[in-house]
Order: sequence, then C-alpha cells, then structure tokens
Amino acid sequence: MKQFIQVIALSIFLMASQAANAALNIFACEPEWGALAQELGGDKVTVFSATNALQDVHHIEAKPSLVAHLRKADLLVCTGSELEIGWLPVLLRQAGNEKVLAGKPANFEAAHYVRMLEVPTRLDRADGDVHPGGNPHIQTDPRNIGKVAEALAQRLAEVDAANATFYQGRYKDFDQRWQNAIKRWQAEAAPLKGISIVVQHKGFPYLEDWLGLKEITTLEPKPGVEPTSAHLVEVLAQLQHQPAKMVIRAAYNSDRPSQWLSERAKIPAVALPFTVGGSERAKDLFSLFDDTIQRLLEASK
Amino acid sequence: MHNHKLMARAIALAFLLPAAAQANDSDEMEKLRGELQEMKKTYESRIQSLESRLNQTETIANGADKKADDAAVQASAKPTSSNAFNPDISLILSGTLANRSQDSNYHITGFQAGGEIGPGSRGFSLGESELGVYANVDDKFYGGLNLALAPDNTIGVEEAFIQTTSLPGALTVKAGRFFSSIGYLNEQHAHTWDFVDNPLAYQAFLGNQFGDDGVQLKWLAPTDLFVELGAELSRGRIADTAGRDKNGGSAGSVFAHVGGDVGASSSWRAGLSYLTASTENRQSNDLDATDANVINSFTGNSKVWIADAVWKWAPNGNASNTSVKLQGEYLHRNEDGSLNTDNYSASQDGWYVQGVYKFLPNWRTGLRYDQLNSGSVNYGANTANLVNTDYDPSRISWMLDYNPSEFSRVRLQLSQDKSRQEATDNQVFIQYQMSLGAHGAHKY
Repeated sequence: MKQFIQVIALSIFLMASQAANAALNIFACEPEWGALAQELGGDKVTVFSATNALQDVHHIEAKPSLVAHLRKADLLVCTGSELEIGWLPVLLRQAGNEKVLAGKPANFEAAHYVRMLEVPTRLDRADGDVHPGGNPHIQTDPRNIGKVAEALAQRLAEVDAANATFYQGRYKDFDQRWQNAIKRWQAEAAPLKGISIVVQHKGFPYLEDWLGLKEITTLEPKPGVEPTSAHLVEVLAQLQHQPAKMVIRAAYNSDRPSQWLSERAKIPAVALPFTVGGSERAKDLFSLFDDTIQRLLEASK
Repeated sequence: MHNHKLMARAIALAFLLPAAAQANDSDEMEKLRGELQEMKKTYESRIQSLESRLNQTETIANGADKKADDAAVQASAKPTSSNAFNPDISLILSGTLANRSQDSNYHITGFQAGGEIGPGSRGFSLGESELGVYANVDDKFYGGLNLALAPDNTIGVEEAFIQTTSLPGALTVKAGRFFSSIGYLNEQHAHTWDFVDNPLAYQAFLGNQFGDDGVQLKWLAPTDLFVELGAELSRGRIADTAGRDKNGGSAGSVFAHVGGDVGASSSWRAGLSYLTASTENRQSNDLDATDANVINSFTGNSKVWIADAVWKWAPNGNASNTSVKLQGEYLHRNEDGSLNTDNYSASQDGWYVQGVYKFLPNWRTGLRYDQLNSGSVNYGANTANLVNTDYDPSRISWMLDYNPSEFSRVRLQLSQDKSRQEATDNQVFIQYQMSLGAHGAHKY
C-alpha cells in the first residue's frame, strides 16, 4: 500500500512538473479560434480544438475526452453568445478546472469583442434556436477575426504574462498580414456586392454584412429546425418571383436540402468551409477566406 | 467678437476703396496697401487656426466614433434582463399512456428488489415531471434542486445538492442529496433515458436508481485519457428505505470511469463501481409458495458491483443526421442478512445491452435486452413460505422516438416483460417529454 501511494504521488508530481514546463494549454471550442490562438501563440502554446468543421457546434456530445482536455486547459477560447450552451457548462462542471470558469481571465469569449447582429427582440423557443446575445457565427467576417485577435492577444498576455511581449509581437505581425488580406479579399469580392443568396442555416449574417450579400430566405423553417419538404417547396416558389444567385450551406450541414433546391431552381449549391478545416483548402484562417471568396465567385459567374 | 470686428473692417474697406482710388495721395495708398496686407495676414492666420481646429474636431469625432463602436460591442454583449441573477430553472413535462396485458401487481420473481419499480400504472399518467433549479452560489459553490412531481400529487426531492467549483487539483466535493455516480445510467435523470423505464438490473438491485443523502469526492486525472475516480459516503436510503439513524454513513461506494475517443467519429466511456449498503427494512413485493402476494422485509448488508460501458458513433462526430449509441452494464449483488425474521443470503446478477440508432435528423429507434440471473439464494427458515426458483427474468424492449427539437420528444415503446414467472406482460407505452426554460446541457 505504501509503495502504491508512493508511485501515485510520484506520478502526480511528474505530471504536475511536466505541466509547469509545458506550453500554455489552450482549449478552443471551435477550429477558427484554435487557428487564431495558434497564429498568436506560436510555439508558446499548445492548442486543442474541441470540435471540427464537420460538426454542428450547437450540438456536441460532452465527451470524456473533452472533459479530460478541459481539465488541463490554461485558457479557454470560445465563441460565446450561448453557441456552446448545450455542452460547455457540463464540461466545465465535470473538469474541476477553476481557472477557466466563466468570468475568469482564462475564460475568453470572442462574441464580447464584436458587434453582434440579429440580436433577437423577442425570446421564445417557438422561434427556433435563437441566441439571446445575437447570432453567434461571427467568424464568417474577417474584420471580426481581426477584432477578436486584438482582444485575444491581450488576454494571452494577461494569462501568460511572462510571454506578453512575444504575443504582442506576433499579434502586430498577424494584424498587418490580416488587414492586407482583408483588402485583397474585398477587392476580389467586389463583384459579389448586392447579389441575392439563399442560406441553409442562418450562419452567414456577418459574411453577408461584410460582402454586401442579400439573404432572401433560409432552408431551415426556423433557426436550428431541419428543413422540411413543405418549407422547401415554399422557398422554391419564392424564388420564382425573387430569384437568387446561389444557395449556401456550411460544410457541416447535410447537402440534401440545398441540392434539392439547386436542381429545381437551377442555381448552384455552394458548400462554404465555414471554419478552418471545412474544405481541403481551408487549412488556416487565410486560406479559409481565400477559399470562401473563390467558391462564391465561381458560383456567381 | 473678432468676427464682428473683421466684418466692420471689411465693410469699411469696401466703402473706402473707391474713395482711395480717387485720391491721388500716394501716402494714403501706401497706408491702405499696408492695411490690406495686414488684413490678408490676419485672414490667413485665422484660416490656418480654423483648419487646425477642424482637424482637431475630426480627430475627436473619430475617437467618439470608436467609443460608440466599442459601446455598441459592449451593449450587444450585455444581458438585458433584470432577473439576470435568478437561477437557471428548467421544467420537464412528461406524460405516459401505458397499455399492458398484466395488472400492476409487479414483482421480479426470485429477486428481493424494493423501491419504486415496475412499469407503473396502466392508462394515462403524468409520468415523472421534474422541476430543476440550478445556479452558482458564489465563486466557491454550485447548487441545485431537482423535484420530481409524481402522478399521485406527491413531490419528491430527487436531488438537492451543493458542489464545490474551485478546489485545487480537479477535486470536486458534492454534498446533499444526489444521484450516485456509480454505473452509467444511475446518474442520469429520467428525461434523458433512451427508454421509458430503467433496465431490470437497476430495478432489481438499486431500487430503480440510487440517490442518497451524503457526500461525494471526485478527482479527475490530468491525463489525455479521461480518468475519473470517486468515493461516496451516505445515509443508505436505497430502494425507498429511510436510511439508518446512526452516526456516520450506512452506505459507501467507490467508482472509476475512463473514457476517450477513437478517431473523430467514435467516443467511449467505461467504468467499474462498488456499492455497499447497510439496509434496514427494505420492502419488496413477492409471491409466496401458495401464490399469495406478500411483502418481504430485508435488513442486512447489500454489496453491488457494476461494470458499465458506452460507445457512441457519429460520422465525423456530427450527430445531426446519423448516430449510434451502444451501452451495456453488468450488475452483481451479494446480500447477507435477514428476510422478515429469518436468515437470508443471495448472490445474483443481471445485465442489459441496448443500442439506439438515429436514422433521420429527428428520429431514433432503439432496442434493449434485459436479463437477470437467479443465482444462488438461501431463504433460511423462510423456505416454508418462499420457494427457490431458477427462473431468470428477462425483458426485451423496442422504442421509436421523434424529436422535433432538442427540447421535445414523443416516444413509442413496445416491451415484452418476463419479470414475473407466472405472467408475461406485453407493454405498449406512448410518452412525451418536453423541457421548458433554461437550456439544459446533457451529460455524456
């Protein structure tokens, strides 16, 4: 028994000392924030992304692996605005990691740093999956990512003060490249201004706001409610007198509803990567928008 | 003030100019020229100062814009409700229509179960509606209350606990009344079950579900593999007994859970648990040797081992359209004490396996098989009234549920229940479960 306790004590000590030497552990709820944290943190951070681009972040299992990773996290980076409300609270309660609880410096919510769109004036579940804080899919506008980057760099410096100048330096470098890229994307996307689109899920208001796209309607009858055939028929009828250029879905959405509409309305169905990893090309934040713009341009031809 | 002066001078100049032109006096001309020069200078300097002031104003305006932007960001992020400090309140409304081929005089042949078990009454019933209130107490504690509203107008306290949130080293202490973390299903509230009822093994050995008044200590290992160890000490209110009136606890348990992922599509959890309880006057329905209904009372020690495993699959971890969940648990119980007035000992076990398949975004179907093994039972001097039987109760259940959203569910379940040796019960259940209020997050 004594030996057993010694072994346990030793292994705890080893694990603890290992943790002390290691890089800052970042638990990112979504791949885009994982990619951003990696851009800003470089080799000073280890990033774990809790979800991937093919998953619907509204509905994630509170898996044991997520609890285990959250327990070790030094910084939690999530979207907020109740996007993760179905799973993150359970993880936080199970992980027993005081550092990353809501309200602590190591609990970072990106939605606090951008202007939220589609903030509901009425809260009722009969309206579908509405988010009281506004539409949480803020990552589809690169200007938002720029704002979040600034806040996240500050937060990194606060949480890991020893490397504060390092994070600031990386942020400056990133921001310069990012602002240049935004200018380039905006120039490339100029022909998209004012075109009409149909979206599957209300996941793109920020992209629409950025590029001046006009969302005519959605395939989901209500946010988060799966498209029904009756509603699809309505959408098709609406397109007769109010035509759209394309129908857009995120990589994680089922392709059936948009394919159905695409075939009947004779408009292209576009699968946007939505986040890092959502397409073969979208390997990081830059290629995410390269790919997004390219797909939109191709479909609008 | 300055402007007035300037205007006056300009007007004066306008009148003076023609006069000056007529005047041949070069001195006058010089004087006028000098004055003009001076005026030009004054104008230029004034224009310059105006320009610089304009620049300043622009900068300030830009700053104000940025502040307004920031304020908009802040405003959009702030909760607007005046009841923001109220706890999360969630109400589960549940109702059942049961149609069964046997009466409600339920017992499990050969098993001294106890507690609120069985398929419930026939016809319409309210099922188990639940009211939950949860919130952080302060920076150190989280607390919650869960009331079960039973069809007979009684309210039961299912859970009422406090839990630490800020202990170091991923330690969590829970105190109060709570569902024990033994096994897999035990901790889950009825509205998250995949079937209308709990497995037979849970009904036979844990009185359906083991919740008790006590304390729990849990620790999570700092590893990539999920490793959770825990222990509980509690009053011993198992299977509707009152628990013992004595110092310290009458029930104790230890449990270990491990879990992880296999690729992006699969995740799993497995566990091993041990519960020991000193039980007093646990009442169970039974049939005696003459087929008369009797109620047996058990007092003694009860030890339960549980092995549990669950595996979930969804393509790329996206369960929106398709998912599979397989789970199984094995329970073994050893009992030693007295049944009614005579010695009693038993060593029995049971298990279940179930699979649930989501085949369309809103539709799931599931199959479950339950089995209990009669094992070895020694009724002591009771043998005159109670007979040993080698009957192994079993049950098979199929369910289909429709989930229009994550907050509502309507379910059909068909079961063939062979809990009673003398009566096979064919059951049809139609059930609804709806959740109102705070967005509940479900455990794995």
